Amino acid sequence: MNTKLLEIENLSVHFYTPEGIVRAVDGVSFDVAPGETLGLVGESGCGKSVTSLSILGLIASPPGQIDSGQIKFENQNLLAFDSEKLRQIRGRYISMIFQEPMTSLNPVLTIGRQVAEPLMVHKGLSKSEAYQEALAWLEHVKIPAARMRLNDYPHQLSGGMRQRVMIAMAMVCQPKLLIADEPTTALDVTIQAQILSLMIRLKEELGMSLLLITHDLGVIAQMASRVLVMYAGEIVEDASAFDLFDQPFHPYTQGLLKSIPRLDVHQKTQGKRLSEISGIVPSLIDDIAGCKFADRCPHVFNQCRQQKPELFTICDSQRARCWLKQFPELRNIDD
Amino acid sequence: MIDSKLLELKNLSKRFPLGGGVFFRPSGWVRAVDGVSFDVSKGESFGLVGESGCGKTTLGRLILRLIDPTSGKIFFDGQDITNLSRAQMRPFRSRIQIIFQDPYSSLDPRMKVKSIITEPLRVNKQLSESQRRDIASELLQKVGLRSVDLDKYPHEFSGGQRQRLGIARALCVRPDLIVADEPVSALDVSIQAQVINLMADLKDEFRLAYIFISHDLSVVHYVCERIAVMYLGTIVEMAPTEDFRVSPRHPYTETLLHAVPPPDPHRKVQPFSMEGDVPNPLDPPTGCAFHPRCQYVFDKCRVKTPSLVGVRPHQFVACWLNQGRGLGID
Repeated sequence: MNTKLLEIENLSVHFYTPEGIVRAVDGVSFDVAPGETLGLVGESGCGKSVTSLSILGLIASPPGQIDSGQIKFENQNLLAFDSEKLRQIRGRYISMIFQEPMTSLNPVLTIGRQVAEPLMVHKGLSKSEAYQEALAWLEHVKIPAARMRLNDYPHQLSGGMRQRVMIAMAMVCQPKLLIADEPTTALDVTIQAQILSLMIRLKEELGMSLLLITHDLGVIAQMASRVLVMYAGEIVEDASAFDLFDQPFHPYTQGLLKSIPRLDVHQKTQGKRLSEISGIVPSLIDDIAGCKFADRCPHVFNQCRQQKPELFTICDSQRARCWLKQFPELRNIDD
Repeated sequence: MIDSKLLELKNLSKRFPLGGGVFFRPSGWVRAVDGVSFDVSKGESFGLVGESGCGKTTLGRLILRLIDPTSGKIFFDGQDITNLSRAQMRPFRSRIQIIFQDPYSSLDPRMKVKSIITEPLRVNKQLSESQRRDIASELLQKVGLRSVDLDKYPHEFSGGQRQRLGIARALCVRPDLIVADEPVSALDVSIQAQVINLMADLKDEFRLAYIFISHDLSVVHYVCERIAVMYLGTIVEMAPTEDFRVSPRHPYTETLLHAVPPPDPHRKVQPFSMEGDVPNPLDPPTGCAFHPRCQYVFDKCRVKTPSLVGVRPHQFVACWLNQGRGLGID
C-alpha cells in the first residue's frame, strides 16, 4: 500500500536563457505523506518556488523546461497529464496560495465570484449554490461582515483580508494538498500570526497535507513536522523539525540557524556578533562538480570539490548532503 | 548631560492632505506622525518598530528634512533645524545620512561604483579626482568589498553587496547620524547577518548614531540599545532593549513580541488571539488608537488618548493600564 500523497523523484527544472542554462532545480526528490506539514526552506533563488510551481505545471515554457523526473500525485504522474487533465487537479485536489495576495487575486472580479468559481468549475454547483458555499468559507476564514464583502473587489480589502480570501479560494474544494508559497511574507507580524493560526486550524479540520515554502525559520519551527533545506537547486538536508533545529548536520543549515537574530534567547545578545555565512550563493549557470556549498563552507576539504555528495542518512529521521558524514574527523571544531 | 544629545524631536507631527489639489481644499487629513518626541545621543542606536503604515518611514524622512513637519521641532546637535532653508541645511546634510531598504532601486544603474559612493563628497567637499578615488577605495575595504570593484556598475553586484555600497555611500562624508530605513529587509538571512555585523562594526569605528527603522523586532532588538514602538503615528512605548524584550508594558508591544514565531519547534506559541487589522488612518479610533484590538480595553481607553509617561527609569508607555488602574498584564 502506498502511503504517499505526493512523490517527487529526481526533478530537474532548467531555464534556457541567453546567458546559459540555469539549473533552478537540480535532481530534487521528496515525498509528502497524507496529513503531513512539510516545510521547504532556503534563500532567494534556491529553487523552492520553482519546485512548487512545477508540481502544478505552472512553469513558463519557454524558457523553463522540466528536463527529468517524475511528479506522482496519488500514484499518477502529473508530468504525463495534458493541460486539460491538469486543470482538473489544480484547485480541486492540489491548491496553491501565493505570497502576494494583491497580484494573485483578479482585480476586476469580486471576491465572491473568485471564491465561488472553483466550486462551479470543479463541483458543478450552480451559481447560487456556489455563492452560498463561498459565503460560508469567507465566514470560516473570519472575514468580518462576509455577506457584504462578497461583492467587494480585492483593492477594497487589506493585505491580511486578501490573504484570507486567497485561503478561502484554495480551500473551497477541500483539496488533499495545499501548497503555500511564502503565504505570510508580505504581511505584518500580527497579521502573519493570525493567518498561520488560521492555516493550522483549517489543516486540522480537513486533514489535508501542507507543503509550506518559506525563508522564515520561525514560521517553519511553528508549523512543520518535517523540513527540507534547499541550496542552489538541491536539497541539502531533509530532517524532522526537531532534528533540524536540535542537531542540524549540514554546514549550511547550521549557518542559517546561527545567523538569525533571536528574540527568545535569554542571554545578553547586545554587542555579540551574529554568526554569518561568508560569501554569496553560486551562479546556477555554472556547472559545479562537487558540493555547491563548498566555496562558503567552513569545513571544506578536497573531496567536497571533486565529487558531489549524496543525501547520506544521519539517523532515521535525518539525511544530509555532506561529505562530513563519511569523514566526520574533518569537521572543524572552532565554534 | 544636555550636550550629548545629537538629535532631539519635540512634539513632531506630519499631516498629509487627502484628495484636493491646487484648486480644491483637501477632503481630509492623515496624521502620519502625531506628536512624536524623543532624543538620540551620540553613538547610540535607536530602533523604530511598527507595522506598515504606522508612520515610521515618514518619521525618518522628517528627521532627514526630506519633508517638512506640520508642527513640532527638530534639533540637531543643539541647533533648531526645523525651518532651515535648503542652503542652510547643507552643512547638516553631510552629518545626517540615509541607507535605504531596496538595494536595487537606490543605486543609479548608470553610475560606476566610485562615482556612486563619492557623490556626496563632490557636493560637500573640494577634492581632486584622485583624492576621491582613494577615499572610495578605502571605503570599499571598510564595507568588505575590494578596490577593483571601483570601476564596476551596480548590476554586477548581489543584493548584499549593493547594500554594502549604500552603506559606503552614507559613510563617505563621515556622518554623525545614519537613518537606516529597513536596511536588511530585502536581504536573505545569511546576508542579513553580514550586513548587521558590518553596521555594528562601523558604529564602533566611527562612533555613529543610528535610527534603525524596521518591522522586524528580532533584528531591531539585536542592533539597537533603545527601541520605540509606533502605532498609527504615535509612539506607544519606548524602552531600553532589554526592558522592552523582558517586560513590555504596552499591550501592543506585548502582542508584537508574542506574534514573532520563535525558531524553536519545542516552543510552540499559543494560537493567536488578537483579531482585527490596523485601523484606517483616515478614520482613527477615538481615545487610544489601539483600543479596538486591545484585550485589556476599558471605558477610559475609548474616550481619552493616553500620553507617553515614564513607568520606570528610561521606560515610557502610553497606556491607561499604567496610569492608576494597575497593570493587569500578568
